[in-house]
Amino acid sequence: MTLHNLSLGELAEQLASGRISSVELTRHFLARIERLNPALNALITVTAEEAVRSALAADRRRAAGESGRLLGIPLIHKDIFCTDGVRTSCGSKMLDNFVAPYDATVVARLKAAGAVMLGKANMDEFAMGSSNETSYYGAVKNPWDTAKVPGGSSGGSAAAMAARLAPYATGTDTGGSIRQPAALTGVTGVKPTYGRVSRYGMVAFASSLDQAGVFARTAADAAAVLQAMAGFDPLDSTSVDTPVPDYPALLEAPLKGLKIGLLREFFDGLEPRNAALIRDALQVYTSLGATTQEVSLPHLPLSVPTYYVVAPAEASSNLSRFDGVRFGYRCEQPKDLTDLYKRSRGEGFGPEVKRRIMTGTYVLSAGYFDAYYLKAQRVRRLITDEFRAAFRDVDLLIGPMTPTPAFDIGAKADDPIAMYLNDIYTVSANLAGLPGMSLPCGFVDGLPMGLQLIGPHFSEAKLLGAAHQFQKATDWHARAPRGYE
Amino acid sequence: MMTWETVIGLEIHAQLATRSKIFSGSATAYGAPPNSQASLVDLAYPGVLPVLNAEAVRMAVKFGLAIGATIARRSIFARKNYFYPDLPKGYQISQYEHPVVSRGTLAVTLEDGTVKTIGVTRAHLEEDAGKSLHEGLANASGIDLNRAGTPLLEIVSEPDMRSAREAVAYMKKMHTLVRYLEICDGNMQEGSFRCDANVSVRPRGQEKFGTRAEIKNLNSFRFVEKAIHYEVARQIELLESGGKVVQETRLYDSDKDETRSMRSKEEANDYRYFPDPDLLPVEIDEEFIETVRGTLPELPDEKAARFAEQLGLSVYDAGVLSASRELGAYFEAVVAEIGAPHAKLAANWVMGELSSALNRDNVEIAVSRVSPERLSGLLARIVDATISGKIAKDVFEALWSSGKTADDIIEAQGLKQITDSGAIEGVIDSVIAASPKQLADYRAGKDKLFGFFVGQVMKATGGKANPAQLNDLLKAKLGGPS
Repeated sequence: MTLHNLSLGELAEQLASGRISSVELTRHFLARIERLNPALNALITVTAEEAVRSALAADRRRAAGESGRLLGIPLIHKDIFCTDGVRTSCGSKMLDNFVAPYDATVVARLKAAGAVMLGKANMDEFAMGSSNETSYYGAVKNPWDTAKVPGGSSGGSAAAMAARLAPYATGTDTGGSIRQPAALTGVTGVKPTYGRVSRYGMVAFASSLDQAGVFARTAADAAAVLQAMAGFDPLDSTSVDTPVPDYPALLEAPLKGLKIGLLREFFDGLEPRNAALIRDALQVYTSLGATTQEVSLPHLPLSVPTYYVVAPAEASSNLSRFDGVRFGYRCEQPKDLTDLYKRSRGEGFGPEVKRRIMTGTYVLSAGYFDAYYLKAQRVRRLITDEFRAAFRDVDLLIGPMTPTPAFDIGAKADDPIAMYLNDIYTVSANLAGLPGMSLPCGFVDGLPMGLQLIGPHFSEAKLLGAAHQFQKATDWHARAPRGYE
Repeated sequence: MMTWETVIGLEIHAQLATRSKIFSGSATAYGAPPNSQASLVDLAYPGVLPVLNAEAVRMAVKFGLAIGATIARRSIFARKNYFYPDLPKGYQISQYEHPVVSRGTLAVTLEDGTVKTIGVTRAHLEEDAGKSLHEGLANASGIDLNRAGTPLLEIVSEPDMRSAREAVAYMKKMHTLVRYLEICDGNMQEGSFRCDANVSVRPRGQEKFGTRAEIKNLNSFRFVEKAIHYEVARQIELLESGGKVVQETRLYDSDKDETRSMRSKEEANDYRYFPDPDLLPVEIDEEFIETVRGTLPELPDEKAARFAEQLGLSVYDAGVLSASRELGAYFEAVVAEIGAPHAKLAANWVMGELSSALNRDNVEIAVSRVSPERLSGLLARIVDATISGKIAKDVFEALWSSGKTADDIIEAQGLKQITDSGAIEGVIDSVIAASPKQLADYRAGKDKLFGFFVGQVMKATGGKANPAQLNDLLKAKLGGPS
């Protein structure tokens, strides 16, 4: 078995036994990146020298008697996380010259656990997009078919995982940005409960929806990474001070008696091949002792319009700090202050970001605020309440992750509404702050498809356990695209 | 001819005296080198988040309790969005729909002694912006973000004031209160206490308010008074010449003593307020409120009432002596030494000689060169008639410029009052003998000359003759004017 197909547990064992060093492991992945990334464009920045240096440090820590599930194991960070001394572009020309002076809490925690950063993953500009086509650094290609998108906004992280360029990667999920690309690239993706992982140091898109999470080969790997990332952070007032369970230890909790809910609204009009994959997955669960029942969330179909009011509203305000004054892109020779603002922002932001800033500014403006922003917040509350009610009857919800497999690069680039509708199954979990996962569950037209799990707040252990036991019974997650095995 | 009524409401910005900023750990000290107190949070770097300083909330609650206001069990921070270089995030975090304090009152004593109750609509927490610097920079502006994120309590009054003087009285009272509460240092030069004035006029008798102008950033009591005077005159003149007042923001230019238009309502920003998703609602429970209530000091009105009732001071004196905690404490220390029956004497001296010496030398009362003990030592000699009030003033000057006690000074300079009737009579006799013309005139009815004889005796005794005795003896010697 090759190094890049090993699980985190296997890699940790290799490192602990001394069969490989962190430096060797790091060089192995750096070599793959060098060879395979040019065709994929999954990374914006490769930090080869720093990686080898941290690998050396990890080897020394191990030699000094330290151990740890992630010690000396490489990863790729989405380029939305601030990394001390390394460019943090957020996929934008606006931050092309921005070298963060500090580490995001997620970065700091993984660093403390001994993680070795290989580089920073490509992404949709400011995490706004579902195809990774809005990046200033160009589209990311899907390793399963390089004519296809990998999904977005964490498309670089997902593509890198599918191509085995790293054992795991971080991502962020505001409206599906971990789960949708995970589905479209055949990777396991976890979006934790809002507040489970600190947002400090994550360039903000929509603060009430943004949540950091993980891409991994398996649910078991994801459990180990989430364990290191999660927990209260005094620097993030919205992070929740509740203990982090031992996720890896809870993976084998029996599924017998698990009540699975099927969201009627997610199955209405579902493409038959997609529906068939979900049915097959449910059979796996029933064979493990779970039961299924239909549940309905009447306001669920309003998720997409609600999301596309709330998220742009917050984004329009969050992105005001990019004004050409203190950091980031500044236009040449500004005539005056207004000119500085207009041209720095006009030249520094791409079209999708501008579209959302304008939408957000509009829905917050005097005379429209009640009709859009307030109404959207009311619908958001209804959706959240309906989820809560559903979780009184069932333990978790299962459904499709995306309407279709990965689409062609360019196919929806000029049609924002079609692109937004691609988020139909993802945004509701963000609106309600719920944890969700995407698991590989089969193929349509030779492209991977994802199975969606949604659980109640802080039910990550249950989700990871359900995903892990599904993966013990199936091998979809072990499939690699041709040329990347 | 139509007469006009002025209507004024004030928005006071009191900088809260917390050690660190409202949403970051940076220090709030004034006068540090530019941007030396600006953290990544204050600079609004990508990815940073605000964390609320609980001390600022405690201070706001303390203020709310002091004005008998409602403390919101749940208040919410919102974002006020606009672009300006000294506003690093492109929005100010403030409270909008749900302020921490609402519906309080403040009783203000006007110059004629009447007490007027001014409504306080609300007081909310917010962060201050930075400063743009234009001096010493050629063809450029500098930004100093030291002040960005300093906690402010914005105290919004009802439009209850009817003259510039009322507005100033209210502002002064608020100034006293926030310093009493130790939530603001009240330093107006440094901008720790400043206000915006909403000013309008209406025909007397009309119920509907006139269109108002908002005068921004007034940082002295004098400027508040002058700016309102100017603005009221401007509006009346405008209306009487057939014009219309437009709703706008104006700036007061103290050099020219005029207000100038900054921007009209049409040009005003649409601030697009919405709840800040980075901050949780501020939840305040009964226990917290009661804990804060326990820290409230005796408030200025309570202290003034006590001074008037228990010490027999006039309402005016009681008001002056309770205007600051330090002044009140000094006064009470003096009274404790010389006894409550002599409180009026203590009041006169603290408000008179002591205050003028402090003002003259620009010294705070808390570090006064003449301690309450030394002043009491002096007053005790007035009470026991060792020296006259007039001599006491000279002794006070000596107290001020030396470390000696009043008794030492009186002894060393031989200032002890002459209370021996025989000695005083002797001097009177020689003065009368030396002034036959004045005596004749006095006896002919020029009773004003009585003062002349007093003066002559005092001159001859170096001011040491006991004034009451001198008065009686002199009257007897001169005989009434015929």
